[in-house]
Amino acid sequence: MAGEGDLKLLGGDASQFVARVRMALNIKGVCSYEYIEQDLFNKSELLLESNPVHKKVPVLIHNGKPIAESLAIVQYVDEVWDTAGAPILPADPYQRAVARFWAAYTDDKLLRAYIGVNVAATEEERAEKVKDTVAAISQLEAVLADGGKAFFAGDSVGYLDIVVGCHLSWLEAFSKMYGVVLLDAAKSPIFAAWAARFGETEAVKGVVPETDTVAEYAKKRRAEALAAKRKN
Amino acid sequence: MAGAGHELKLVGMWASPFVTRVKLALHLKGLSYDYVEEDLSSKSELLLSSNPVHKTVPVFIHGGRPVCESHIIVQYIDEAFVAAADGSPPLLPADPYERATALFWAAYIDDKVLKPWRRVFSARTGEERAEWMEQAVAAVDALEGVLAGSKEGGFFGGDSVGYVDVLLGGIVRWVHATAAISGDELFDAARTPLLAAWMERFGELDAAKAVFQDVDKVVDYAKMIMALFAAGSAAT
Repeated sequence: MAGEGDLKLLGGDASQFVARVRMALNIKGVCSYEYIEQDLFNKSELLLESNPVHKKVPVLIHNGKPIAESLAIVQYVDEVWDTAGAPILPADPYQRAVARFWAAYTDDKLLRAYIGVNVAATEEERAEKVKDTVAAISQLEAVLADGGKAFFAGDSVGYLDIVVGCHLSWLEAFSKMYGVVLLDAAKSPIFAAWAARFGETEAVKGVVPETDTVAEYAKKRRAEALAAKRKN
Repeated sequence: MAGAGHELKLVGMWASPFVTRVKLALHLKGLSYDYVEEDLSSKSELLLSSNPVHKTVPVFIHGGRPVCESHIIVQYIDEAFVAAADGSPPLLPADPYERATALFWAAYIDDKVLKPWRRVFSARTGEERAEWMEQAVAAVDALEGVLAGSKEGGFFGGDSVGYVDVLLGGIVRWVHATAAISGDELFDAARTPLLAAWMERFGELDAAKAVFQDVDKVVDYAKMIMALFAAGSAAT
């Protein structure tokens, strides 16, 4: 029966993708799961066993069976807890395809741009990536404008809201760390308003990564990336 | 009836493995559609207006509404046209856990196999090409493992062709072409026998026979691309 059984989430307190899964569980009102924080620089046996292919978080383990890839996990949660809370993906196949398209766009264009801000080796590179980030946000602004509703999913949060929304704490962290403006309320007022609204929803309660936690983690990743570049 | 020709349109390019994925899915569902061949060096208004974000093929247009990204299109076709003409099961499994697993492997194929695989063709030197090929070959080991662990039937979808089969199936002619050009096998029969057998089996499907490109044409096209990118080396 949906919801019963043993539920564990292997997570990381800085991870956007873990936050995304926790938001999905929040939307479904699923709170009774075991959250197991992972040290991503010293991976546990459980993580390596549960996600041997990528060795990454999040991994949802439901009744002993692991599910990896945050978008696959979100869809799984939506399907298994289908009568609980609110729906995450829309019911209509075309709307689902549109939501998936923008999810793929976000995790490709927005993510790579702001990660680029973090691992840029030069000021010029960073400036380029800041531009790319701003451009990706403009694109998402247009999606919100077209929809004309409070959230990407409509009157309440859904799939695309948590897909985009989980990146907000990283955008904030990098803006502070590098003294750049990524989310410009003047350039993207609709997106900024949505971000503020999203931050107030039940979906995000207790699961948004702290800016300092993100910053600390991101610094380590930056060091790794720069070391790798030097090797090449 | 589902699939009235004027209602479904596929904007594509004959060589593209991503377009092939969609053609396979449409054939498996018994759907008829209008096909529009794009000249990617001179993109049509239709393509630019229906995929303004990426301006790439495939674009699937259903009742005037465009769907983009091949893995999303195939999933859309499976959800919008649940019942195939011949009664075959949906491409994605009914069970949520199995469905999540299929989505996991779909992402793996595009991220870990196709990313390096595509770079084989745009490599500037023989060394670069060999490096990317090595990465792609290493990545398919995990897929061999999936077939080893799965039920009878020999498809990723079990007894019948599923979502993962269709997504991987899109590249089969390119796999053949590479073997013909350089002798490099992505699904080497010694290293990954189940995948090599899967490719044979997939090629025997009616859908594959109906939509696969002519391998010689793909060979010519691949050679042309590789020559374009190669930096004056005699590698090809």
